[in-house]
Amino acid sequence: MPLPESTSTAAPSPAPRGLAATCVRQVKRELAIARRRGSEWINPLLFQALVIVLFPLGISPEPALLATLAPGLLWVTALLAVLLSLDALFRSDFDDGSLEQMLLSPQPLPALCLAKTFAHWLLTGVPLSLIAPLLGLLLSLPAAGVATLMAALLLGSATFSLIGAVGAALTVSLPRGGVLLSLLILPFYIPVLIFGAGAVNAAIVGDPVAAPMALLGAMLALAIAGAPFAIAGALRISVDG
Amino acid sequence: MTVALTGRGLACERDERELLHGLDLEVVDGTLLRIEGPNGSGKTSLLKLLTGQLAPTAGTLSWHGQPLARARADYRAALLYLGHEPGVTASLTAMENLAWSAALADLRVDAAAIEAALQTVGLYGFEDLPAGQLSAGQRRRIALARLELIPRPLWILDEPFTALDRAGVAWLEQRLLAHRDAGGAVVLTTHHEFAPTACIERLRLGATHAAA
Amino acid sequence: MRGKQIGMWKFIHKLGSPKWCYQLCGRLQPAFWIAAAVLLAVGAVWSLAFSPPDYQMGDSYRIIYVHVPAAILAQSVFLAMTFASVVFLVWKIKLADMAASVMAPFGAAMTLLGLFSGAVWGIPTWGTWWTWDARLTSMLIQLFIYIGIIALRGAFARPEQGAKAVAVLTLVGVVNIPIIKYSVSWWNTLHQPATFTLTERPAMPESMWMPLLLMVLGFYCFFTALTLYRLRSEILKRESRTRWVREAVK
Repeated sequence: MPLPESTSTAAPSPAPRGLAATCVRQVKRELAIARRRGSEWINPLLFQALVIVLFPLGISPEPALLATLAPGLLWVTALLAVLLSLDALFRSDFDDGSLEQMLLSPQPLPALCLAKTFAHWLLTGVPLSLIAPLLGLLLSLPAAGVATLMAALLLGSATFSLIGAVGAALTVSLPRGGVLLSLLILPFYIPVLIFGAGAVNAAIVGDPVAAPMALLGAMLALAIAGAPFAIAGALRISVDG
Repeated sequence: MTVALTGRGLACERDERELLHGLDLEVVDGTLLRIEGPNGSGKTSLLKLLTGQLAPTAGTLSWHGQPLARARADYRAALLYLGHEPGVTASLTAMENLAWSAALADLRVDAAAIEAALQTVGLYGFEDLPAGQLSAGQRRRIALARLELIPRPLWILDEPFTALDRAGVAWLEQRLLAHRDAGGAVVLTTHHEFAPTACIERLRLGATHAAA
Repeated sequence: MRGKQIGMWKFIHKLGSPKWCYQLCGRLQPAFWIAAAVLLAVGAVWSLAFSPPDYQMGDSYRIIYVHVPAAILAQSVFLAMTFASVVFLVWKIKLADMAASVMAPFGAAMTLLGLFSGAVWGIPTWGTWWTWDARLTSMLIQLFIYIGIIALRGAFARPEQGAKAVAVLTLVGVVNIPIIKYSVSWWNTLHQPATFTLTERPAMPESMWMPLLLMVLGFYCFFTALTLYRLRSEILKRESRTRWVREAVK
């Protein structure tokens, strides 16, 4: 291996790239990792599909009954699918030291956390919203509710990712944090579940959906404003003690 | 002067256990400081103090005369840190790993620069394989390629010689000395013995409370 | 200016000194125990024997004298824990974390007591142990949050790390609890025809709310006394290596 003639301190400094470019790179990195480890984003989808199949078998295949249960079942299973994916969110970065590199970056950590969480939403929330109509068919979800279901899931799953990332960051240093993570996070998912399922039910019976959708949007806005700081704080605690 | 890290009376306590006490140190341009001590003597904790990840329980740590906590952004922009786990992601290629490292460091680098850095650490031809398929020594070299790619005056390295073969060790030793001689500063922990001619500085941590 | 700042820091550090706090807790404790005993005794006798029966629910309404104070305490304890968490995170005063750690089980116990008394009350009023009433539901969720906080602390091998994690979770919790309460009551009005509310009768005669007030104050005094007592033993446990603790225990 040759030694460089001029060392780094003497070399001209490359141009800075700015926070936005760094965040884009962070998202690209997460997508590249997911592409290599396909199971990570496919598993939640399979999980949700399988659980949905269990309900007609366990309760009744009666379409009328399933149709009344469908909005709630789709929301609860989507919530559990997101929860399932959360434990892995920071785990491998914690183990291989990447998280420590993020913590010591001159870039603001909350912004990096937001980028990472955005990638998580792209890989779980968005696919879950896209297959929701298909699973709705299995549960005889009335057609009037489909569009609202997708829109509400897109909004709500982003909140799920943000709140869930706080819990994942708090438990990442624990060897078996998965069960604890569910205990910590599920209570905070309840408002999203209530308004999400409420919006779909309202759409089915023809009521206006603006109010629950606006509330879902408000919760997302609050989560975007607050969660990145909580995630950053929790990561520093987990990595540095 | 680009590097001026000063510690006065540093103490570190974790969970009511005193790891460091009354420690003074000075890292300036041209310092190559090796931190020595038995297991459990607080080497890693000291590195965490120096990188600003831990706050000292007593004493002050300053960067160009300013407390480290206030100069955090400036300090991080001058620091290159390789931890015990150096942050190489197994499912990403060497190229992708380094592109991300450069982004974290707020640097715009092109593929040619990354390839040049990889070539320097002897990974030519391996740049598009996922790091998980490489050997431990090769993964360490990916991390060390950051030394080439990201120009920073202060290097803090936790056991950088781990898993390297003899040629790699020789190269890294020369690289550290070259960085020092060019006016950079290096703080590291290692079990590797430098050549006697290297004349490095040493800081020996409390041998008294050695690990069981 | 600088002198003033140093003076303030000295005060905060004195406040945060475990030894000083240990002694202060010891001095304050008896007063709160006595106040709690008197208030609870008077309140209990008054509410059970002397206040009039409800014209609608008869004597069964008397469970509010336990139910309401427990529910109020369940929330006050959470606020107190939030305050302690902020102090701990901002000023790094370990004492605040010790306080938060001894308060959490009491808050969980009060939440459980509120739930239990609500369920017992459900039998004469609703004819069932459990109903998805908005208050009971959000109380159940709050119980899970308390359990989560206690479990998170227990999961860390390093107490300091657990303390910081719990403080962050408490802050996340305090932002979310009002949202949860609001959403649960929205959901409740959507699903249930308005049940007659039990706890808020607009015109409660003085002979009914006076003992309730005494009971609430008694619960607060009991909570304070118990917290001081447990804080003292927590201080001894965590500071067991220091010289003053060894001397005090001797």
